[in-house]
Amino acid sequence: MRSPVLSLTSALAFAAIAFPATAEGKLTVYTYESFTAGWGPGPQVKKAFEAECACTVDFVSVADGVALLNRVKLEGASTKADIVLGLDTNLTAEAKATGLFAPHGAAGENVKVPGDWSDDTFVPYDYSYFAVVYDTDKLKTPPKSLKELVEGDPEQKIAIQDPRTSTPGLGLLLWVKSVYGDKAPEAWAKLKGRVLTVTPGWSEAYGLFTKGEAPMVLSYTTSPAYHMVAESTERYQAATFEEGHYLQIEVAGITTTGAKNPLSEKFMAFMTGPGFQDVIPETNWMLPAGKTDKPLNPAFDKLVKPAKTLLFSADEVAANRKAWVDEWLGVMSK
Amino acid sequence: MPLARDPRIAAGVIALAAIGILVGGAFVGLGIEAWRNPEGALAAIDPYLLRVARFTLWQAMLSTLLSVAPAILVARALSRHPEFPGRGLILRLFAVPLALPAIVAALGILSLYGRAGYFAEPLTALTGGTWPGIYGLSGILVAHVFFNLPLATRLMLEALQTVPADQWRLASQLGMGARSSFRLIEWPALRAALPGIAGLVFMLCITSFTIVLTLGGGPAATTLEVAIYQALRFDFDPARAVALTVLQIALTAIVVLALMRLGANTTGDANLPVARRNFIQAKAGEATFNAAAILLALAFVGGPMLATVAAGLKADLGRLAGETSVQRATLTSIILATLSATLAAILALALVTARRALATVRNSRKKTILERFTDTGAGFVLVVPPIVIGAGWFVLVRQSVDVFALAPFMVVAVNAVMAMPFAVRAIRPAHDAASERHERLCAQLGISGWNRLRLIDWPVLRRPLATAFAFAMALSLGDLGVIALFGSDAVQTLPYLLLARMGSYRTDDAAGLALMLGLLCLALMMLADRLGKETPR
Repeated sequence: MRSPVLSLTSALAFAAIAFPATAEGKLTVYTYESFTAGWGPGPQVKKAFEAECACTVDFVSVADGVALLNRVKLEGASTKADIVLGLDTNLTAEAKATGLFAPHGAAGENVKVPGDWSDDTFVPYDYSYFAVVYDTDKLKTPPKSLKELVEGDPEQKIAIQDPRTSTPGLGLLLWVKSVYGDKAPEAWAKLKGRVLTVTPGWSEAYGLFTKGEAPMVLSYTTSPAYHMVAESTERYQAATFEEGHYLQIEVAGITTTGAKNPLSEKFMAFMTGPGFQDVIPETNWMLPAGKTDKPLNPAFDKLVKPAKTLLFSADEVAANRKAWVDEWLGVMSK
Repeated sequence: MPLARDPRIAAGVIALAAIGILVGGAFVGLGIEAWRNPEGALAAIDPYLLRVARFTLWQAMLSTLLSVAPAILVARALSRHPEFPGRGLILRLFAVPLALPAIVAALGILSLYGRAGYFAEPLTALTGGTWPGIYGLSGILVAHVFFNLPLATRLMLEALQTVPADQWRLASQLGMGARSSFRLIEWPALRAALPGIAGLVFMLCITSFTIVLTLGGGPAATTLEVAIYQALRFDFDPARAVALTVLQIALTAIVVLALMRLGANTTGDANLPVARRNFIQAKAGEATFNAAAILLALAFVGGPMLATVAAGLKADLGRLAGETSVQRATLTSIILATLSATLAAILALALVTARRALATVRNSRKKTILERFTDTGAGFVLVVPPIVIGAGWFVLVRQSVDVFALAPFMVVAVNAVMAMPFAVRAIRPAHDAASERHERLCAQLGISGWNRLRLIDWPVLRRPLATAFAFAMALSLGDLGVIALFGSDAVQTLPYLLLARMGSYRTDDAAGLALMLGLLCLALMMLADRLGKETPR
């Protein structure tokens, strides 16, 4: 076994030598950090795919989906990534505009996500809905709709995220917009009284929530599954909203570099099959977009199943994001 | 001696050039990119932004005032009671906040003053209504004071320790009370260091990001730094980012220049000290007051730290410490922080000696531009967001090299330059005071260059250099900035790991890592203290 000292010094030393270009039998996947973490899907996915393809999978991870897109943009056509895995549907329009992605093959046929989202470049691998997660110890009657959240008791606070810096923050903004439309500013003006604080990212808001600072937080319908499975507690639950829930789909795409690597297509097919999909629920805490071999942990049956799926198209988001964020700022910063 | 031939000045010029290249290169990189799409720069200035700028300045000024004014009392108390029980430990603890990621500090502070904090119930009973927590300006101020009061205290203590022992002996012989010795002895020493320290704290507060957003209660409380981050990360609009950064630098310059006017250049004491230290005898009344000042500051700074420790102890520390990823991140953190701190101390020493050399050779009262740059000018790097430097360089060199292989070097360089202003503040009082005493002697005996550094300057600078090194290291340990935009597998540091755990529901792990980070910082402080101990002569 190599000591950490050795591996670090060698990492620093070899970092200066550029990685070889896509060689035969090697697939480079850019993704986000929590995918490749020890507890994430990465290690299992790597093992399963390598057994199937007799090749090596190289994961390169960055902080999150936004950093992922920035990195690919920055590397441009010379990117070493064959596959970029971990963008969400709000980023796909911008990703396509870079011209760095190639259309996928048949992989998209194996997956099904709510609202029948489909795309010729990006293939979904998992999804979840945004939801208000609440602490059952603190809140006996959670809001039953977005309307109730907006108009409820301002003493019952919610921690939310900033749409300028975080994905769930943008999610809530789009959720409110899809329910209230032109009346969104009025809704935000009312909701503002209930907002404990607006954090830069999901972690900070969720940290405040589990610390007991706020009885509600904006998170995902799948968040309670983590607490039920990993911590065996039903204390944290998601509230079902009558108007429906806004959807987040995570997707992967083949880059123009990857289009030349035959393993890319194979990986996409693998990604939508059980070898990959079985791993997702209890490592990424999202819902699988493709077929699984094993039944999901019963905890997932207890999760909120939205009656209605809300989703703007990637182009609508790309066209309006700035204006909508400015509108939000105008109300929230008064 | 002609200017260019003084090696001290040459070293300072080299240090300035290195800093200039690091910052300038980034601006060139972003500038080229911005040139293609310049309209973002103009669009950046809108009414919302003006409100942001106003709030940024307002909170930074208040935070500076609330951190620096009490720090004067605390530093003075600590300097007058060298035998205060636990003094050494208090001083080491005062370096720990710098190493804590902002969110850890915010959660620690909220454990006391939040809606669900320890004080929430008594405060609810006291105020009648439900305690709303400290979200808003008050929360921002509490957090900024938590970070900066200990920093300012230590730097001011550094300044107070330059007061020659003879002055204390004289004061004691003349029977000076606390008030007159403050007015005649301590205040002049403090006043010379005050603008620099206040400027430093101000710059730290003006660039605050996570604290302002998390504790500020909403986007009404936001800083220019948030807008810069947004411009680069979500919109990738370099023109806008450059415009905002320039605005941030300009606003800081106005305040820092105003602060300079409050300062004074005191003429140091040119005599060699003959008296031994500890001539200070505080009367009972004053001693009580001083003890209260120290204990209050300790409670304020120690409270959130204790809460962080309590949260960390709930984690499965044994398992965490055994994880390869944790060990590797710890080691990466230590290596990167040691390299940055060494570089920071060298840069700072070069700038401080060059400034002093320039000040001694000039004839007029007017400072040259070079001197100004070695003085406060270089400190302005603090208000250039690391994300801007990172992005600029990545854009600049992406065509020619594998930029992500450069990430570790970028982290070291940027952290070193960001820590340099702290190191300058720690070294300068002792260096200038010693130089005042030794300059003529060295000239007469013809001691210069390496010999002078080794024989004359090193014994005096050893302790402040250790302080500078320790602060630079703490600062680099907690840093997350440079790689935030693109990330790199090669630089997974402890704070990075901590945020990753927090970001995937593992709150307890994150709390455990925060505790480990704090302990690591404390251990480094003890090591630095040992290295910096003045050898008894």
